[in-house]
Amino acid sequence: MQVPAPFEYERATSVEDAIGLLERLGSEARLIAGGHSLLPMMKLRLANLEYVIDINDLHGELGYVRVGTDEVRIGAMTRHRELLESPELAALFPIFADAEQVIADPVVRNRGTIGGSLCQADPSEDLTAVCTALDASCVIRSSSGERVVSMEDFHRGPYETAVGDAEMLTEVRIPVRAGGSSAYAKVERRAGDWAVTSVGAAVWMDGDSISDARVGLAAVGPNTTGIPAISEALRGQAPSDELFARAGAIAAQSCSPVSDNRGTADYKRHLADELTRRTLRTAVDRIQAGIAGDDATSGGNS
Amino acid sequence: MQVTMTVNGETVTREIEGRMLLVHFLRDELGLTGTHWGCDTSNCGTCVTWLDGEPVKSCTVLAAMAGGHEVRTVEGLEQEGVLDPVQEGFMQCHGLQCGFCTPGMLMTARALLDRDPDPSEDTIREAISGQICRCTGYTTIVRSVQWAANKESADRAETVGSES
Repeated sequence: MQVPAPFEYERATSVEDAIGLLERLGSEARLIAGGHSLLPMMKLRLANLEYVIDINDLHGELGYVRVGTDEVRIGAMTRHRELLESPELAALFPIFADAEQVIADPVVRNRGTIGGSLCQADPSEDLTAVCTALDASCVIRSSSGERVVSMEDFHRGPYETAVGDAEMLTEVRIPVRAGGSSAYAKVERRAGDWAVTSVGAAVWMDGDSISDARVGLAAVGPNTTGIPAISEALRGQAPSDELFARAGAIAAQSCSPVSDNRGTADYKRHLADELTRRTLRTAVDRIQAGIAGDDATSGGNS
Repeated sequence: MQVTMTVNGETVTREIEGRMLLVHFLRDELGLTGTHWGCDTSNCGTCVTWLDGEPVKSCTVLAAMAGGHEVRTVEGLEQEGVLDPVQEGFMQCHGLQCGFCTPGMLMTARALLDRDPDPSEDTIREAISGQICRCTGYTTIVRSVQWAANKESADRAETVGSES
């Protein structure tokens, strides 16, 4: 029977209360949101905590998708299913629906949250790649106020983020820029499994050429959440299969996958290449079709 | 710690350890063994119950988290001795097979039909995609859900017909 080691359960009633509890209880305390990353880690004794602070009552305060003129704000307690079903996100960032359809499974998506996924920072987790592709920033709150950090600064590596012991991720902010679209593709062994390889891409166009593009990979090593070399290779170029192939080659070179029971390193590199091409092509197709992406064929799963 | 929650409409209070999982609370503290406990790892879905009306994997929810909330288990499907149509469907179409995954499948199926009374086969398969049947037989599970959808649709038509 797998159960967590003993701990003290606390329940927070507000963001301020949660931060106050973190300050009072010290470094042996952790926030628990949906719990679908942390509880399995605790069952395996990979995370041993003295205090667990339940923040599910904060869903009212932190569960939202708010569209402003130049940015979209997503509350950290917004659940995967809410992201999947948000018409605002589908219209502006089709990458979210692409990714959320293949994150975990429908029952887990009822519970897991964007904040929990980002803070877990599992190397195979999809939303870090999504948020990096979209050039998102993260709002981290402490008792002394808020700081806003880029995804590059937020995500420090496997299981490591910029969030300190007495701090809390409260919101993700995504800039809205004209002429852009996005896509996500994941290959997994079965529904609900971790990715063999995933790729997210966002592209912005000015007329017939790409003004900016960002690609993030998941499950193929550290430091692949964003690959600047791909952005540099694509800027100012007209989209073509040849260009996407160049981006795919950079993705394959930039990652450092390991052979495991999900596939060989070579196979994962092949996937990084192929899925980079597919997601860039889908994002460009969506821009050119002028649609939200609901009708475009996504990168898809095999 | 003390936890109080509503399970199948009844308020229950127990003294528990903070680390107790909801599935063990239901089975060991309340004796509601209809909710099965399978993989321990949020994969198999046999432990699916409802929390505030939504299916969740009760092996990955702390019992304490359900404090102050409403839980519904497979025992809460039948009403006053009448089986829920999804239960009847599983009986009619051999959806049970060995029965191990059945409680979770029933809870997911009921939630699906509440949201989408006429789901396609693809929609049904997607809804149960986080739950594992090892009898090799999703076909009869899908058929059972379709049977329930058809029965409820016919019942609605009859109700409308008798009102006009």
